[in-house]
This record gives sequence, structure tokens and C-alpha cells, in this order.
Amino acid sequence: MSLAAITSAINRRLPWWAGPIAIVTALTLFTFYSLWVVFFQSHAATYQTPEGINYLSPFYSPYIPSPWEWLSPAVFILWIPLGFRATCYYYRKAYYRAFFWDPPACSDDAQRKEPREPESYRGERAAPWIFNNIHRYFFYGSIIIVTFLAIEAVLAMFPVDGGFALPLGALILLINAILLGGYTFGCHSFRHLIGGRLDCYSCFKGGGALRKLYKGVSKLNARHATWAWASLFSVVFADIYLRLVIAQIISDPILFRI
Amino acid sequence: MERHDTVEHDILVIGAGGAGLRAAIEAAERGLSVGIVCKSLLGKAHTIMAEGGIAAAMGNVDPDDSWETHFKDTMKSGKFINNWRMAEIFAKEAPDRVYELEEWGGLFDRTPDGRIMQRPFGAHTYRRLCHVGDRTGLELIRTLQDKVLHTGAEVYMETTITRLLKDGERVVGALGYVRETGRFVHFKAPAVIMATGGWGRIYKVTSNSWEGTGDGVILAYEAGAELVDMEMVQFHPTGMVWPPGVRGILVTEGVRGEGGILKNSRGERYMERYDPEKMELSSRDVVARANYTEVEQGRGSEHGGVYLDITHLGPEKIKKKLPTMYEQFLKLADVDITREPMEVYPTIHYTMGGVRVEAETGATTVPGLFAAGEVAGGLHGANRLGGNSLSDLLVFGRRAGIGASEYVKANGYSLEVDEDQIRQEKERVLRPFENPEGGESPYAIQSELQEIMQEHASIMRTEESLREGLEKVRALKERAPGVRIEGSRMYNPGWHTALDIHFMLQVSEIILMSALERREQRGAQWRLDHEGLDEELGKVNFVARKGSDGEVEITTREIEPMPEHLSRLFEED
Amino acid sequence: MESSQHRGASPETQKTVRINIYRGDAEGGEFVEYDVPLVEGMVVLDAVLYVQAHISPDLAVRWNCKAAHCGSCGGEVNGRPKLLCKTRVDDYEGEEIRVSPMRAFPLIKDLVTDVSWNYEVARSIPEFKPAEKAPFTMYEEDVERLYEPKRCIECFLCQDVCHVLRSHHKHPAFAGPRFFAKIQSLEMHPMDTGHRTEYLKEGRGGIGFCNITKCCTEVCPEHINITDNSIIPLKERVVGDYYDPAKWLMRKIRGRRNGE
Repeated sequence: MSLAAITSAINRRLPWWAGPIAIVTALTLFTFYSLWVVFFQSHAATYQTPEGINYLSPFYSPYIPSPWEWLSPAVFILWIPLGFRATCYYYRKAYYRAFFWDPPACSDDAQRKEPREPESYRGERAAPWIFNNIHRYFFYGSIIIVTFLAIEAVLAMFPVDGGFALPLGALILLINAILLGGYTFGCHSFRHLIGGRLDCYSCFKGGGALRKLYKGVSKLNARHATWAWASLFSVVFADIYLRLVIAQIISDPILFRI
Repeated sequence: MERHDTVEHDILVIGAGGAGLRAAIEAAERGLSVGIVCKSLLGKAHTIMAEGGIAAAMGNVDPDDSWETHFKDTMKSGKFINNWRMAEIFAKEAPDRVYELEEWGGLFDRTPDGRIMQRPFGAHTYRRLCHVGDRTGLELIRTLQDKVLHTGAEVYMETTITRLLKDGERVVGALGYVRETGRFVHFKAPAVIMATGGWGRIYKVTSNSWEGTGDGVILAYEAGAELVDMEMVQFHPTGMVWPPGVRGILVTEGVRGEGGILKNSRGERYMERYDPEKMELSSRDVVARANYTEVEQGRGSEHGGVYLDITHLGPEKIKKKLPTMYEQFLKLADVDITREPMEVYPTIHYTMGGVRVEAETGATTVPGLFAAGEVAGGLHGANRLGGNSLSDLLVFGRRAGIGASEYVKANGYSLEVDEDQIRQEKERVLRPFENPEGGESPYAIQSELQEIMQEHASIMRTEESLREGLEKVRALKERAPGVRIEGSRMYNPGWHTALDIHFMLQVSEIILMSALERREQRGAQWRLDHEGLDEELGKVNFVARKGSDGEVEITTREIEPMPEHLSRLFEED
Repeated sequence: MESSQHRGASPETQKTVRINIYRGDAEGGEFVEYDVPLVEGMVVLDAVLYVQAHISPDLAVRWNCKAAHCGSCGGEVNGRPKLLCKTRVDDYEGEEIRVSPMRAFPLIKDLVTDVSWNYEVARSIPEFKPAEKAPFTMYEEDVERLYEPKRCIECFLCQDVCHVLRSHHKHPAFAGPRFFAKIQSLEMHPMDTGHRTEYLKEGRGGIGFCNITKCCTEVCPEHINITDNSIIPLKERVVGDYYDPAKWLMRKIRGRRNGE
């Protein structure tokens, strides 16, 4: 038996509900964590370590001060990445399958469990899912956020007392920015805007460069699901890491300093 | 009497491969009502198995190419028994037919300057095959299929024609049945275009699908049409060998076109001994015999084939240029062709012979009956060049469409037929259900026939073996009407096979008889009991027709000498 | 569905494989067990054809090329859409094999279904409209995206697995993944001047029914990434023409100006 045959045999033997359950668990945990940040963590936005490193958790960046003490500044920001993910073509697949069982999986026994009546299925033609068509606007917003995250990561490499340092936290923020960048710039809407909407690249000046960009985006896009999960975990991980540093449960090691 | 439905069209096209669809488009665009009948679903015709490309002398990569060179290559490869007029029309019109496909949305690989890419192929002087990876036939069929669906032509899928109906001398329709229901249909039409393809299924090892049972050629024969060059059956040099279930499945000549090398078990590049000049890209008859000989002489591969190696091309290029082959070997034979050589052996692929037609119009010798594509004979002579088939379909499909349209517009004959014809045919078609229980299975007869043809009408032939084969086929022909079918008429493959074997047996008999007549070594007809070409036999075609006694009659027909403007081309060499 | 009696080759003489084939028609049916001699490298279609030739001659199955090029032999093996000629029996070692017809189309008999609906859809798609006469000057870099959807062999397995058709029976209002791939190859053709977003949104295309759950891509035997490379790009074009508020506004303004 070839390797491909073995993996396909394993996939066949896994029950169809294994995938949906994993996704439901991960997305539910992430949602609760975000809600916790928004409603219970109104003060944890910025922090300066004893080494003079300034940190801002990715949940709060770019930082917009909240006028009310009870309201977390994350509120002003978090709707963009959450909206981006909620309308993302990959996550749509994931939650339609895992949460709504529309369909839960591709095999016959799974599809027979699809709960919706045939006549009541309207897909993305009607509310609420028709609003997923707004995805590209969340993409625009996400560009701004990713840019700020990259800036924050770089700023964290310049301690207040001058010089250059590479603390672990900055490295984590940098990796997080890269993963979020890979996710954001592999977006299907971006792929459309940059080249998918065009039928001919050689027909106008600069088309060649655009095509190269399109191909780059397509490459990222081919692994969009991987980027989506990696960046989801990295953003939570970065936030938890910084909270632990702020709570002084762990210290933030400086890996490198000039 | 058993009832039937009746439909009427100006033109009935039988067969929905490249030729049938192209003919239908032509007729429909001329405002005629067209019905297309096919045994399978639309778009599944054997044309899709043509992988390598369409030969057309457009000179996109080799500017020296011209219709004259294409004409010469075609005649030389056909060993000059081709119908030269067909070859001339063919070589001249092929480029336009390809461009027409492009205009209908067909897509071909491109040259760096944005034109249609052309690849080299066996015995073509220049790089001439327009292609899209290794699925050119699929692209051709899809393009024509879409075009047809957007004309008014009616498509009768999964419908089998069992007999052409005549009013006196003229063909005025056909009787068939719908495979799904078993219900009979009388198609009334003043003109019928036969485009049913070949009959490779009479052999055991073939690249043909189940459909290639020779229905069209025998329908025409039974209607009185003349058949030509029936002894000429092409063995494609490279079919799959292992595993047993895929034996005979085509390995495109494109592999050799892209630089594939043939080796025997000793690692020798043996084509040096058979055709040192063209090597792997020699004509198909030569390469097929070489592969056959290597195995016969004990230098074969593990499973009785030879090795075809393309690994030097590198994985990326292989996947781009030969994606279908890559997938086919990986999935069906556990062979990764980017790392290992393929095992290949000759497989029956194409039938050069067929219904004799007029070059300009596709008209057969029976009024009202036209033919185009593989079912028609003449263009390819004793051996077909790779890539010439797809352009054949387009050039002569269109011409048959025009020919039939003009014939229809010019006449106003009655479409009525004698009810007896219909009644008798229905009885014949339903007989397998009536036969006494314990009758033979049609599958048994079919597989016996395939064994016989594989053994006796093979790549190398002798008088003795051909005679033996003929006797066996005739004995089988006696047994065939006694086959017994179980079950209902609803989508019953056993019944379909019982009807197929009628055609298969008749075409086999004709092939064996023609092969007995041509006592020489010419192209695909390779007689071991006669050395080399016989100059006298190079001046004739063998023609088969149904004699007045109902038996096969083989006669010779002189080939008209080439006119000066064509013969001159060969003097220049 | 229950299995009925067991018929087939004698198991003592040769290694055999047991295969359950759905037998029946529109009225109903059941799985029937057959024992078939096991041959090296055998595919499910080989087993089905063996049954046809030796045990049950009226077993209905569609096939043509037996090389995964024609797409005739689509069916389901253990509830998953498969090309029978490309599905190796040895992939199911130690498992039961159940072969059944595609479920998204009306059953004719045994493994054969009525797929004529697909051809009606094909007919309804606005056809290729060339900008100029051939020969075209068209560059590889502009057409490279078209090769993928054009690999389609029309086996209709993607249509079969698509829940919009299979579970929700939206056949009259939805074209299905196969035809989104088709439409993509037309829409992105550099020489095509046709417009199909209206067909996709308002017409028979019904692309809004698709909720991109990717089963079509999973089952495609030609490995066409239908969802990411055909459906989503088309959905984005529909967004551009119909949903994007900025574009909508611009069209309103421009339309009014043109109107005056």
C-alpha cells in the first residue's frame, strides 16, 4: 500500500464527526477568550517591563484609549480581526460544517445527518450569511491592524533607554505579526482585488508585476487554512505570554542586546 | 407489433465524437434540424483519449512547415495507398479548423510569442502538434460539445442505432433503441452522417472503450456501402502493460514527443537498430513492431513489455506536459513516472480502413449516407500519423456536414420506409430475449472473438494463421444469433453486448478477408510470409462490399495516379 | 439497506474479494453480495465488470475509457463519491466494499443514474464570445489559470457530493460546482467578452446557495481546486458587481450622471 493509500485509509476510518468536533472546540475556546479580554480585561493594555521594553498585546493594537473605565480599549479594535475571521472564506467553511452541519462532512452518512429541511436552505443568498459578502471591507481594516502589529513588534526591540534588544516577547510579537500577515495577505478577497478580477495581465502596463503579486498571494492562499489556524493560536499565545509577564509570573528574557 | 417513437430531422448524425459533433455544428449553423445519436453520454466519446495533439501545419514553432510537407508526411506514412485527394484537403484545411476551435473557446498551450504551441510527434517532419498538455482530445470534445449545446441540435444520448433504413437506394433514416428504456425509435432523416469511430474492441488488448465495436462501419456495409483498406489496423506502440486490469490503456505518443526513450531489459536504446534516424519518433507501425520484436526475442521487461523512460525531463516539466500520464501511472500502476520508467507494449488503437467516401463531401457510395472520422477510410492509408486523427475529425466532419446539408437542400425525397424493414429489425433486436434458456452468454462470444483476433489478426500475420482465424470467426458467427439474455430491456448491458457482437463479428470477418488479400509488408499490414512491399499492391486498395448473396465480397480498386501538382512534391526530395 | 443472498465465484479455488453492489431502480433496491476473483492492481470497476460478464449480465454500470479520462463511471464506494475505474480494491483491505449509484441524481438502474440535468445546465450558460477572430495572440501567463478548470472530465462527482443538490435538491436554481469551474474558465478567458455574473447571481447559476464547504474539491478525481480557484473567485466577482457598497454607490452616481 502506498503512503497516499494509507493516509486516505486513516481518513476514511476516522468517524466523520472528528473534524467538526475539533473545530467547534477550538473556535469556542477562542471566542470565550476574546470575550473575556473585551469584558474583563479593561486595564491590561500596555506595559513596560523592568528592562524598559514597551509592550502592547495584539488584542489592543492599535491602541485607542477607552473613555470609560469599564470598557476595554480592545472593543474598538477587536471587531476588525473578529469580523475578518468571521467572514473569511476558510472559516465560513469551518463553521458552516462544524456548527451548523451544513453539511457536517462529505460522506453519505454525515450528509444524511444534515438537520436543515431542504426547502429552508438558502445558503449565502439571504440573511444572515449574505452579509459575508462584505469580507473585503474587513480585509481593508485588517491591513491597518497588521501594519500596527508589525510596528509594535519592532518598537518592542528598542528599549526606552536606547540601544537595540531582542526580548522573547518581541520575537513572539514579530512571529505573530508574520503569521497574521500571511493569513491576511492570503485572503481570497485580496487575491481577487489584486488579480482575480482581471482577465488579462499582458494587456496593460504594469500587468506583469501585478501578475507576480497575484501569484504570490495565490501561494499564500493555497495554505489559507493553515495560516488561519497558526495566526489564531499565535495571537492568543502572544496575549497569554504578555499577561504572564505583566503579572510577573514569568520574566521576559532578553535574547540579544547591543 | 412492438411500438416505437418517431422523430424527424433534416440530418441524423450517428456518433458524438469529434467528427460527429463537428458535422452537426456545420449542419445546424446552416439552419438545418440536426439530431445526434450516441451510445454513451455526450462528451464521453473516444476522441477524449487522443492525448498528444492535433496535427496542423501552421508553422508556429517551425516556420518552414507547410501544407505540402504535412501532405507528404501523411502520404509517406500511409505508404501511398491513401486517398491523395483527401490527404491534400486535409493538410490544407487543418490549420483553419484548429483556429476555429480557438475561436469557440478551445485553449491550447502557447508559444512565448502568444501563438498556439506545437510539439514534435512520430514521423512528422516538423513540430506540428497543437496541444494542451496531454489532454487535447478532451479539450476538443468539450469545445465542440459546448458549441453543439448552444445550437438547436438535439442530442439523443445513450441511444443505439441497429439498422439504417432505406427507401429504394437511398438511406432515409435509422432504427434504434434507447438504452435506458429499451424503447425503439425510428429516426427519419433524408441524410445520415456516420461518425461512429473505430472497432478496436474486437481485440483483447486495446486502448478503445467498450463503444468501439464497429457499429457504424457495419451499418454502412449492410446498407450497401463500400469499405476500403479494412486490413489496416493500427497498433499503438505504447499501451500500459501492468496491472492486468489496465492492460492496453494508452500511453500517449506525447511521452516520446517530449523526449521519452525506449529501452529493453538490457538497457539498450534499441530504436537505433530499427530507425536510427527518427529513433523513438519513427512512425507508429515501425515502433510498434520494434517493441513487439524486443519482447518476442526475450529482451522484454518484467511484465512482458519494454521500458519507456521520461525521468530525465524532471518532475516539474512532466507534471506540466504530461499530467494525465503522471496521474494514470501513479494511481493505477503505482509507478511514479518522474522517478521510474513505464512498462509499455503495443495496443490496438485505431482503424485506418473504413467506409469509402468522396473526399470533398464525405458522401459514401450509398445516396443519403455520409461518413467522417475514424469510421471513414482513405486518408491514412496503411498507417496513421499521430495527431492526424484529431485534424481528420475536424476537417472531414465539417465537410460531411456541408455535403449532407447540400444533399438535403437539393432533394425532396419521401422519408417513408417499408414497415417490413422495421418489423424485421425489431424481431432481430429482440431475439436474444426469445432464445431458449441455456443459450450462450454474449460476453463469452465477445471475449472469444477478442482472443481470436488478438491471435490471428495481430501485428504480424501469416496466410495460415489468418485462415484459421477466419474459420474460427465464421464458426462464432454461426453461434452468435443463439445468445440468450436475462432480465428486462431496461438498461441491460447483456442485451447491448448481444447486439454489439453482431457488428464485431462482421467487421472481424472483413478484416481477416482483406488481410488475406494483401500479401505484402505495408504499414500496419505485416505479412511474415511475404517479404517487403509489393509494387503492384501499392497501386490498389482492397474494397469490401456486401455481395448479392449476402456474403462479403472483396475486390481490388485501382488508385488513381496523383495529379502533377502533388506528385511533383515527392520529386523534389 | 439490507444485503441479500450471496452469489459468485467459488472462493476455494482462488483468492477472492467480496463486493456489495446496489441493485435496483427508481422503485427501490438493495445491496447484493458478490465474490469476485482478486487480481493484482484491480479497481472497483474491474470487479463490477467481472460480475457483469460472469454472474449477472444485466448489471447496469456506465463506463468508457477505464483510465480515468472520460468520467463515465462515477459512483459511490462506501458512501463516498468515486470514479470506479480509479478506486483500487486493495485500498479497502480489511474493509467492506459497498458500491452504490450517485445519490444526487434520479436512479435509472443499479449504478446508473439520470445525469441529463447537467446538460440542461450546460446549455443555459452564456457561451464563449470571442473579442476577435482567431488566431488569437494570447500569452501563457494570461491563460495559465484556465488549464485547471479545463481538466474537468465531467464525472459529476462534485455535483453528487454537493449538499445543495444532494440534500437540498436545488437543481432548478443552482448550477453546481462542475459548472462554476466551467464558468470560471469562460469568465477568465482573456478573449471572452461575455458576462456571467448576472447568470451566477440572478439566473440559473445560483452561486449564493454555495456555502463553500469544499466537499466538491475533496472528491474531484482531477484534483481541481474548485472551491478556491473557481467558486470563490466567481463569488468575488459577484460581490464586485452586486454587493460591494462602494461600487454600488459609484454605479448609482455614474448612472445618474449618464442618465441626465
